[in-house]
Amino acid sequence: MTIAQSYQAYPETSEWVGDIEQIKHLVSPRALTGETVLLNMGPQHPSTHGVLRLLLELDGETIVNVIPDIGFLHTGIEKNMEAKRFEQSIVMTDRMDYLAPFSNNLVYNLAIEKLVDLDVPERAQIIRVLVAELTRLNSHLVWLGTHAFDIGAMSVALYCFRERELILDLFEMISGQRMMGTYIRPGGVWRDLPDEFLPALEKFLEYFPPRIDEYEALLTSNPLWIDRTQGVGVITPEDAIAWGLSGAILRASGVNFDVRKAMPYSGYETYDFDIPLGLHGDVYDRYLVRVQEMRESVRIIQQAKERVKKVKGPFRSQNRKFVPPPRSELGHSMEAVIHHFKLWTEGFHAPKGEVHVMVESPRGVIACYLSGDGGNKPHRVHFRTPSFIGVQALPKLAQDHLIADLVAIIGSVDPVLGDCDR
Amino acid sequence: MHDSKDPVEAIRAQFPKACLEVVTFRGETTIYIDPPQIADVCLYLRDADGLRFNFLIDVTGIDYYPDEPRFAVAYHLYAMLYNRKLRLKVRLPGDNPHVPTVTGVWPTANWQEREAYDMFGIIFDGHPDLRRILTAADWEGHPQRKDYPLGYETVQFSFNFDEVNRYKPYAKE
Amino acid sequence: MGITTASKSGALGWATLRLEDAVNWARAGAMWPLGFGLACCAIEMMSTQMSHYDLSRFGMELMRPSPRQADLMIVAGRLSRKMAPVLRRLYDQMPAPKWVIAMGDCASCSGVFNNYAIVQGVDEIVPVDVYVAGCPPRPEQLIHGILTLHERVKGESLTQWRRAEVERR
Repeated sequence: MTIAQSYQAYPETSEWVGDIEQIKHLVSPRALTGETVLLNMGPQHPSTHGVLRLLLELDGETIVNVIPDIGFLHTGIEKNMEAKRFEQSIVMTDRMDYLAPFSNNLVYNLAIEKLVDLDVPERAQIIRVLVAELTRLNSHLVWLGTHAFDIGAMSVALYCFRERELILDLFEMISGQRMMGTYIRPGGVWRDLPDEFLPALEKFLEYFPPRIDEYEALLTSNPLWIDRTQGVGVITPEDAIAWGLSGAILRASGVNFDVRKAMPYSGYETYDFDIPLGLHGDVYDRYLVRVQEMRESVRIIQQAKERVKKVKGPFRSQNRKFVPPPRSELGHSMEAVIHHFKLWTEGFHAPKGEVHVMVESPRGVIACYLSGDGGNKPHRVHFRTPSFIGVQALPKLAQDHLIADLVAIIGSVDPVLGDCDR
Repeated sequence: MHDSKDPVEAIRAQFPKACLEVVTFRGETTIYIDPPQIADVCLYLRDADGLRFNFLIDVTGIDYYPDEPRFAVAYHLYAMLYNRKLRLKVRLPGDNPHVPTVTGVWPTANWQEREAYDMFGIIFDGHPDLRRILTAADWEGHPQRKDYPLGYETVQFSFNFDEVNRYKPYAKE
Repeated sequence: MGITTASKSGALGWATLRLEDAVNWARAGAMWPLGFGLACCAIEMMSTQMSHYDLSRFGMELMRPSPRQADLMIVAGRLSRKMAPVLRRLYDQMPAPKWVIAMGDCASCSGVFNNYAIVQGVDEIVPVDVYVAGCPPRPEQLIHGILTLHERVKGESLTQWRRAEVERR
């Protein structure tokens, strides 16, 4: 189909499409008589963390109902991945949750490995854990920066992004790219850690933990912060489970569920770390839980760093049916050339079957459903993303709060619209 | 605290005609359920002692074009108390696929079912608010069906330079 | 431009320049961007704004949330078909003179995503002045794009915007 036919489906105009009939059943009867005001917190807004449109029904300044309208960043990633071979489609997973790209990579690769039954060597597992925890730090720093910025504490944003530059330098060393690394591949990682990585990581680990104390000193006992965030956006544990929330939101309500402990992957069961839990389930508790998660991540990174110094070995599986041989082998091995040719022209084939893998991303549980049909492309790949579920729960969280509280709640749910809309 | 029960046996005992097939692959259990009974089965799985599947992870639509029955909906459940995962699948016909909604069992299914409707055209009976979620409100067609084209733009070579340029009114030099 | 300095009396002196240069210098010196971050490039745009790669040294201290107060629209990220009318509406709401930077591959040419849901390049909808390539472009690349735009602005003629408006009518 040429672009002409797909274009007619939605021509660009400056007219807005949509009317009251579509949402009549979502607003309360008071809106139709004019007692409450319908306000559009549009897709372009400084505090909505991306292109999220919220239709607010307001009684004065109190929110009666929130109707989220998503889809402004819908990219058709799942359908596009089904048109590419397995290794080609990893590139697209980076761009879903763009604040934690390596965790999306990880979930998709774990699904591929489960489907084709591919082994992962130990050194690769340790590197994966290292990279995943650095990603968690990266994502939580952006969360803290933007969350505090929305509530008014602008200096925290500058500090967080300053630290984030160091982590992005580390990512650039291993994968060549600051953000979308596509570093994790089926069977292991793309290439081994370069020599300058470990000294840089050690310098970072010395420098970073006092910075977390600095952020806490600015915010945790700050009476302004406490007034803005305590008691706001409370959700009970039963409601949180019923609404499918996961990650820091669930743990702040007191439910001890972390995929790294419940269904460990990549060797997480061998690391020593704790899961912070909250008591009240409000925005303040979610803030405390995430800051403590940053500290736990630093702990895991230190353990992984010690291990990666000791464990030598391949950084990717040696199963040549799925993993391309290194270029040095191509010069003197005919089999290597054949494997290289097969993998680059046709790719590897997956058996008929379906798998489902869960991973703890910084936002919550990200799950990948992968179904193969014997071909070299995924037959169906679907990502259950935590931001989609989090934005769905906004009406429940924001009931009877003020608009200013809504900004704090959106920040605490930490949606990333690329993750939400895919 | 009750001891955990095997979900396959429990469903076979409680709903003998609903459980059509059981498949195990790579350590995961998939149970194929008769479509009209899916809401009852889910309610039972959520509330029964020994099963307690209180967390719905995922509701996924799948298109098996050109095999019949064409569509499928996969529900991924997780029991926090027993740390157990389960997959339920329903197969639906290609023309007029209807399946009861499970929004009454887990409120989180609301938007997930809307996404399956938007992407595949599967209609969930009893859903409180079934309308498009990811594509624009007046979009035609269901994008993730296998017979819906990817809709890509062809590469702009010299022979089709003007044809592609027609869609870029503001591209200069 | 001719500059004369007062001779030893301590006065500041006179500088003469063309009106066009003065106007273009003012426009380039304090161009206010519209905060139109859509996706991943928005994060790199935020990084460029922050203290490590500071954008406020180019006069872009704040991202104005309202299009009525902005001169420059940096389209950072992939534009989906649902969002396209919003983009056009915001562009129309910006008062002239206005410029557009298409930041990133997705804004320039849809990048990795060649499918039904993404507009294949923002120049299907708005006229673009500078394209910055990268996925996402490094902050240095974005700054290079902005400086290129400044060079372009400094070379503009004074009646260009008025002429464009008259043509549109």
